[in-house]
Amino acid sequence: MKHYDAIIVGGGHNGLVSAGYLARAGKKVLVLERRPLVGGAAVTEEIFPGFKFSVFSYVVSLLRPEIIRDLELPRHGLQILPLESTVVPLDNGDYLGSWADPDLTRRELARHSAKDAEAATLFGRLMHHMAMAVKPILGMLPPDPTSLAPSDLKGMLKFAGHFRSLGAEKFHALHKLMTMSSADYLDEWFEFDPLKATKSASGIIGTFLGPRSPGTAYVLLHHYMGEIDGAFRAWGFQKGGTGAISATIARAAQALGAEIRTDATVEQVIVRGGRAAGVALASGEEIGASVVVSCLDPRRTFTQLVDPREMPDDVIEGIRRFKFRGSSGKVNLALSELPDFTCLPGFGPHLRGAVSISPSLDYLERAYDDAKYGEFSKHPYMDIVIPSMIDPGMAPPGKHVMSCFVQYAPYNQNGGWTDANREAFGDAVVNTLARYAPNIKSAIIGRQVLVPSDIERITGLTEGNIFAGELALHQLFFFRPVPGWANYHTPIKGYWQCGAGTHPGGGIMGASGRLAALEILKDGGR
Amino acid sequence: MQGQAWRRWAGYTVASAYELVHDREYAAVRNAAALFDVSPLYKYLISGPDATRLLDRMVTRDVTKCKVGQVMYTPWCDLHGKVIDDGTISRLAADRYRLTSAEPNLRWLSMNGAGMNVAIEEISGRLGALALQGPLSRTILQQVAAADLAGLKYFRLVETSIRGVPVTISRTGYTGDLGYEIWIPAEQAVPVWDALIEAGTPYGITPAGIWALDMARIEAGLVMLDVDYHSSHHALIEAQKSSPLELSLDWTVGWDKGPYNGRRALRAERARGPEWRFVGLSIDWVSLERLYAAVGLPPQIPSVAWRVSTPVYRHTKQIGYASSGSWSPLLKQYLALAHLRAPHFEPGTEVGIEVTVEHQRLQARARVTPLPFFDPERKKS
Repeated sequence: MKHYDAIIVGGGHNGLVSAGYLARAGKKVLVLERRPLVGGAAVTEEIFPGFKFSVFSYVVSLLRPEIIRDLELPRHGLQILPLESTVVPLDNGDYLGSWADPDLTRRELARHSAKDAEAATLFGRLMHHMAMAVKPILGMLPPDPTSLAPSDLKGMLKFAGHFRSLGAEKFHALHKLMTMSSADYLDEWFEFDPLKATKSASGIIGTFLGPRSPGTAYVLLHHYMGEIDGAFRAWGFQKGGTGAISATIARAAQALGAEIRTDATVEQVIVRGGRAAGVALASGEEIGASVVVSCLDPRRTFTQLVDPREMPDDVIEGIRRFKFRGSSGKVNLALSELPDFTCLPGFGPHLRGAVSISPSLDYLERAYDDAKYGEFSKHPYMDIVIPSMIDPGMAPPGKHVMSCFVQYAPYNQNGGWTDANREAFGDAVVNTLARYAPNIKSAIIGRQVLVPSDIERITGLTEGNIFAGELALHQLFFFRPVPGWANYHTPIKGYWQCGAGTHPGGGIMGASGRLAALEILKDGGR
Repeated sequence: MQGQAWRRWAGYTVASAYELVHDREYAAVRNAAALFDVSPLYKYLISGPDATRLLDRMVTRDVTKCKVGQVMYTPWCDLHGKVIDDGTISRLAADRYRLTSAEPNLRWLSMNGAGMNVAIEEISGRLGALALQGPLSRTILQQVAAADLAGLKYFRLVETSIRGVPVTISRTGYTGDLGYEIWIPAEQAVPVWDALIEAGTPYGITPAGIWALDMARIEAGLVMLDVDYHSSHHALIEAQKSSPLELSLDWTVGWDKGPYNGRRALRAERARGPEWRFVGLSIDWVSLERLYAAVGLPPQIPSVAWRVSTPVYRHTKQIGYASSGSWSPLLKQYLALAHLRAPHFEPGTEVGIEVTVEHQRLQARARVTPLPFFDPERKKS
């Protein structure tokens, strides 16, 4: 039986980052990926001939600078292109734009509300401070607040000290962000409803919550996190789509000595005498390893890859309670021509940025209302980009690809996700688009509709949750995925976890892959 | 043009950026194709039986080896081996060349050609020049150019036409990427620009200004007159002059060729070793972050390339200065081009570069790095 120092189960971007760090430390590493290509939810596939799509995850958010440096990602193909603007078509035929130039953005907002334009500057500064306050936590190993172990106590002291250092004013603001709904929080600052709607949308992405649900305000912060990286900002569109990011990290890991096998489904982690000893593949092949790292979601990590009887009851119970509840869908369109928006007719810079379908808070909350009762939104929230406008290689010359992230599409759709329901959801998306860009229907030459059950089937993400578990306050930091096991360990020695279901959560950050690898190395690689 | 950001260049105005923010213009150089108007370059036509002799006598490169259809980059020196200017020599025919330069050189050419059977003609105002640079530049240019560009090698040229306009296309540029420069009769340059924009739009062609060009040329490690060095004809004191060796342009010096301006001085300098070298610096981001974190800020660096002479130290002693620098969005590195004294210019040497953090002069760590910082295969393939 072949033996490795570490086997990574799942070639998502976090798994690849983890492999890179372990290989860099001289470990013999093998990554096993079930699909024919690595990347997990960060994959680029040619769905229609000549048309390439970032099938699931479609923008790079907050890829950690230290990972870019340590794994030398620019040398292996990292190329993040600017995605500069957001335009929100409004129901009265007007639009709300946010542009690369801050003065132009202020002028644009002042067209709708002079007060909001002024408030936006102060709001931006507060968010900057809040993001500065929260950012160190992203790179921190979550301590266990109930543990008396010296490392946990030290971690808690660091954590507490960090918050004390904020001072009263910022601490109060942070408390509000942690507890309020994004709608309520934004009400304290702004009056122009489409502005509040659009800002609040970043707080609901990937959650089964609406803009008026408490706890959503916190997620607003994540939007500002990239901006404090200043020039380093690793936010935007990767050339070649998000699959190119995965391929870049894979190349970097391979250059450091890691092996990667695709079409290799891990059936079970082999546990002997209470510790991980390797993996058994679906093919029957067994591979030995001193360390096995699961980069799948927590449900698969704790209850499917290993016999749940190997795990303490409270952990199994915690995982059972961990909420997945996929709430988003993705509609990928191949277009014969660009969409022609009624609010900004013809060709223009707005086509190179995001288009957000978030005309009002009520619109978003109603979209959520549908989902609460088991129906996809008839008039969904959408975040749209046209990647071929940024990277011409994504579509044949003159043709385009359009990526529509859509909410809500509940995992437990009434009647199930039958083909008929999936197509009806696709129609709802296209009809909504057609309200703002009437030429869209005749421009579509290919349509891929992905609902949570598809996301689950293709990527393996339980219930199709894009963050491998809802990114809600009760499932963050030392609660992610379960109290006591937020430090990438599991109750089985030599069996580790990373991925979006662990701290600090989803998005193409790579943070959990790095932190898990560092923790494994600190533990002596056992 | 939305940006209204203009700058002066050789008595003309050119765009710093066409858009309010130049990020996309820079990205186009490395992602699709950027179109630059580089018409303000000085251009000379040198023809006659002694054309080769004149140029070979004037510049450091061995012009006798330049084939018809070839382009050579070269500096040229005064008698003391100090650089006057740098540019490209295109051999259009056996006895006909075109020289480009950053500054006027008609008088210097005439002085060097005294007594020779050669005609020197300034064609700066008559010849427009566009630079199409980036990975898709060939694809776009091939849509409109009559000649087959697949066979056009790096630093070669072809006389052809674009939509009926006679042009010279050379596979040259100032970005270190796959790219072409198109030389056009000035009165027909605008239709050629329009044809390129039209053909290039499906491929993401982007008009780009000097800010984007400056970032790209720093990544490519290309020296710039009046920024990284001064013409020996303009320098007021000796210390302001640089030799090709001091600019790390050794490869452009024909050591075995016949007599040329500065040969004796350059040979002597080579024998004793240059006192200065022009090198790349990669500024350590973590150390920069630490300096800013001490005052509660994330690193604040200019969004455009800077051109301010900046001291470089080893321990506490100043060992040179950086003459330009830029954040590289592609390499995710903060880069600078610097003049360092012997023996501190060896690659890998750890140095300190001055940064001003909230009005305080501090030092960030930096490492001497070989140039170019960025050198993609497609540049020559």
